[in-house]
Amino acid sequence: MSSLTVSDPTADLPTRPGLGDTVSQTVTLAWRATMKMRRSLEVMFDVTIQPLVFTGMFAYIFGGAISGDVDSYLPLIIPGLIGQTVLTACVATGVQLRTDMDTGVFDRFKVLPISRIAPLAGPMVADLLRYFIASVLTFAVGIAIGYRPGGGVPGVAGAVLLAMLAGWSLAWIFTLFGIVGRNAQAVQGISLLVMFPLTFLSNAFVPTETMPGPLRAFAEVNPVSLVITAIRDLANDGAVTGDVGWALLGCGVVIAVFAPLSVRAFNRKM
Amino acid sequence: MTTHDTDLAVRATGLVKQFGDQRAVDHVDLEVRRGEVFGVLGPNGAGKTTTLRMLATLLHIDAGEATIFGHDVRAEPHAVRRLLGVTGQYASVDENLTASENLWLFARLQGLGRTEARARGAELLEQFDLAEAARKPISAFSGGMRRRLDLAASLLTRPPLIFLDEPTTGLDPRTRGQMWDTIRDLVRTGCTVLLTTQYLDEADQLADRIAVIDRGRKVAEGTADELKSSVGQSALQLQLADPADLPLVEQEVRRLLGEEAVLTPEARRVNVPLTRTDQSVDVLVALRDHDVVIESVTVQKPSLDEVFLALTGHDTHDAERDDVAPPAQADQADHTDHTDPQMEAAR
Repeated sequence: MSSLTVSDPTADLPTRPGLGDTVSQTVTLAWRATMKMRRSLEVMFDVTIQPLVFTGMFAYIFGGAISGDVDSYLPLIIPGLIGQTVLTACVATGVQLRTDMDTGVFDRFKVLPISRIAPLAGPMVADLLRYFIASVLTFAVGIAIGYRPGGGVPGVAGAVLLAMLAGWSLAWIFTLFGIVGRNAQAVQGISLLVMFPLTFLSNAFVPTETMPGPLRAFAEVNPVSLVITAIRDLANDGAVTGDVGWALLGCGVVIAVFAPLSVRAFNRKM
Repeated sequence: MTTHDTDLAVRATGLVKQFGDQRAVDHVDLEVRRGEVFGVLGPNGAGKTTTLRMLATLLHIDAGEATIFGHDVRAEPHAVRRLLGVTGQYASVDENLTASENLWLFARLQGLGRTEARARGAELLEQFDLAEAARKPISAFSGGMRRRLDLAASLLTRPPLIFLDEPTTGLDPRTRGQMWDTIRDLVRTGCTVLLTTQYLDEADQLADRIAVIDRGRKVAEGTADELKSSVGQSALQLQLADPADLPLVEQEVRRLLGEEAVLTPEARRVNVPLTRTDQSVDVLVALRDHDVVIESVTVQKPSLDEVFLALTGHDTHDAERDDVAPPAQADQADHTDHTDPQMEAAR
């Protein structure tokens, strides 16, 4: 093909992108998302600065009150903070998708012969990196202030993997808000309204036993609680318990409900 | 796929787009032959961009048929996208990436290999005079550079059909000239181009054939010369002191020139098409003999405004204003009142 010719319009053309194309387009768009993270580092504050500050703050403020002393609070709070930080990172996933969809480049994605789902899947894959950074940093700060995870390296590695999977699953909720929200501010607003109950009506910071009945009932089926319990089992005991299974099921339910809704809403906008 | 259709790059029949109770595109037919530059001319809000977006699979087609090289736009959007390059009014490139990263991204997304994507990107940056800015962030680019990069991004896979939506709106005259040269080069490579513009001048410079769109309808189609001759080579514009003189002026113009003057009673304005500029003197002398008081006189080359006035009986600014007016009123004002002979002839 020389630059003096155009491609033949009468040749047979595929009517839809293949699975291989979809995967490679998703990887390419994930690359684009990571370039964006590198160029504007402020989008990484929620997974870098926040775990650094929150971990120390929560451990020293609530440690004495809840567990008697800071050291015995750490095995409770570190997995809790991982759950909380990953959830915050999910909110950013939705807000950034909205911001991105409002830029001109999305118009080009729409008119390119690419899989309709790749522009959604790409950033979601790239965000796995953010959940990874958030959970590793939280563990690191915890260890620096005296946390000794009983599960050792395999337990912590398993906990990080679970946190990433949980982040990816919960992100579908905020992705849906990102797609249907009118603008980035609206998405941010509604996401925070959903994020706070999910975070605080959970076992992230306190044991659920002291909560009043209805709140406790919610806190115990809250997927965030399930994930945090599983992270505690993995990191503190190195045990793959039934709670890990419940956490995976919880994530599965979130995906089963919100992924189809998001994909449908997204396709309508693409 | 029907083979006989492939002589045409674009065939659209009876395209309709409805936004709420406003009909943005109202039964538009377009036929773009392979290898030609086809211009869609009209003021802001006329439905040019909406038409283009429907043909580009970006907007749902409410009614009518559209095929691109014989591929149905609704039934085979993926195939149609493979044949199209689209450059919009606003540069659709990624602000967070450099110029070469942008081209690399779009090339990879369209299935070019790593090496091929890099080579093709470099080639286009060179061709569009952007090689020096290849590693600069897009935020440092001028308006003209953005448009060129946007166009380059549309050409990565050498699509046989390019849609250009107001390619020079907002550019300074020098950059506009450069953009025109670029578009002419594009046509030489065998591309078919469908462009929209608000400027008669631009359509005149670039397009082989032009369709004039107004309030969602096609009001005329032809070459630039055909359109211009429909309004005369130039036009005499008169502002009268007393609107009661309008019928007299109309009558005098018919007698002297055999032409139909376009009257705008609210503005006490008369637009007289001239085949020769010196005919204006005959008209002015005749009006003085009848003691018609004239407030102002201008003789102009036909502009988009004149073409519009002649074709539709209202000027381009009316169209813009009606765009924000309640849709029902706008429709009534438009399609019922003005059935002047030239508009009928144009259809």
